[in-house]
Amino acid sequence: MGFIRNSARSLLLWEIVEGMALTFSYMFRKRVTINYPYEKGPISPRFRGEHALRRYPNGEERCIACKLCEAICPAQAITIEAEPRADGSRRTTRYDIDMTKCIYCGYCEEACPVDAIVEGPNFEFATETREELFYDKTKLLANGERWEREIAANIAADAPYR
Amino acid sequence: MAELWSIYLLPGIIILAQILLIIVPLLLSVAMLTYFERKIMAAMQLRMGPNVVGPFGLLQAFADGAKLFFKETVLPTSANKIIFLIAPMLTFVLSLVAWAVIPFDDGMVVSDINVGILYLFAISSLGVYGIVMAGWASNSKYPFLSALRSAAQMVSYEVSIGFVIITVLLCVGSLNVSDVVRAQAEGMWFFIPLFPMFIIFFISALAETNRHPFDLPEAEAELVAGYQVEYSSMTFALFFLGEYANMILMSGLTTILFLGGWLPPFDIAPFNWIPGPIWFFLKIAVLLFVFVWVRATLPRYRYDQLMRLGWKVFLPFSLFWVVLTAGVLVAFDLVPQT
Repeated sequence: MGFIRNSARSLLLWEIVEGMALTFSYMFRKRVTINYPYEKGPISPRFRGEHALRRYPNGEERCIACKLCEAICPAQAITIEAEPRADGSRRTTRYDIDMTKCIYCGYCEEACPVDAIVEGPNFEFATETREELFYDKTKLLANGERWEREIAANIAADAPYR
Repeated sequence: MAELWSIYLLPGIIILAQILLIIVPLLLSVAMLTYFERKIMAAMQLRMGPNVVGPFGLLQAFADGAKLFFKETVLPTSANKIIFLIAPMLTFVLSLVAWAVIPFDDGMVVSDINVGILYLFAISSLGVYGIVMAGWASNSKYPFLSALRSAAQMVSYEVSIGFVIITVLLCVGSLNVSDVVRAQAEGMWFFIPLFPMFIIFFISALAETNRHPFDLPEAEAELVAGYQVEYSSMTFALFFLGEYANMILMSGLTTILFLGGWLPPFDIAPFNWIPGPIWFFLKIAVLLFVFVWVRATLPRYRYDQLMRLGWKVFLPFSLFWVVLTAGVLVAFDLVPQT
């Protein structure tokens, strides 16, 4: 009996027919790819994308130049120089991140005591030249202004787990 | 002067018009076939497929064609330049000339010759020359290996294709391609009585056109792109067009031999309102879908498996069916009288 069944199966190309039926059924399933530049996949609130320096709602910079981020950065991508400002508060005069060195580990935002440096949800910051990836303080603050809404929402969403 | 017109010029113009009427839609269908192939494969792999150029990406094939057209034709220094350039032209031309005997409807055929089937068989056998010449003239190892494989493969599967055609011819009693379809109008479509032959013919057609799962001549994993490695720009495009035109041709041949050519499935009211060429086109489209479907499903055969299938399975099986068909025709006195 087994011999007949095996012969019939191979003669009728049964396994090929089964395989073809499987691929045909897949043709009507939902696509798993998305139409990328127009549609984007969901991103976790903890997503570690492009860096940003935040400000307080009154417009004051959050960063107090404690240099914890510079110290913890495993890639040594952050360079900070600081001086007391005219009103006596301690602020950075230089805050550079070399985005070509950065490994997006997120330690800088973990280290920051005032939530100043954060990694925002933006991952589309490709540039045409290498120099454009050497971010300075103005660029980072500009990022902070551009992404503040999303960053604040993400921090709020993640707060219960911290 | 009037004679010159009526004997030479007018028939010449008519033939030219017929050729254009076949080749232009054919090349358009090749373009659409590449698009639909990518779309169907994408759907079966849960992807999107081309969707950027034009509505639903429909113009993708033309964008690809324009890109290839404007690229540089690279001639390798070690290549035999003349043969290197003739090979893609040969492949392309051979895939087009076969359409001369394909009937699109009763009497709607460029050349209604009495040895149409033999002509088709000869042209499809010549197809291997384009690949062998390309592989030889490229003077490089991958194309050469691919040409050897392709020659062996096409020769092996042509044997079984030949026997399958003979079984059909036994039932028809004529070598005229239109007669093959007319014979199916009287009886039933040949894929019913000759079902195993239909399957063998289709699988051999896959091998004959170097399609999956028999695409060993251009096996990416081992031979990079096989005989197309050294080709670029329009020379590559001609190979590509030739390969896809061949797919359409083999589907057309399968349709004529087994699926009743231009005939509607039932000769009753709503079906026979639709004109023959549309039925012919629809049947070809279904077969082409199966071509793509098979490609999306099956992995590539190993070379020895390919040869085993061709020589040790298809050849004896089709030979047996030739004998069986002939025996049945004689025993029940069904031999066609022509």
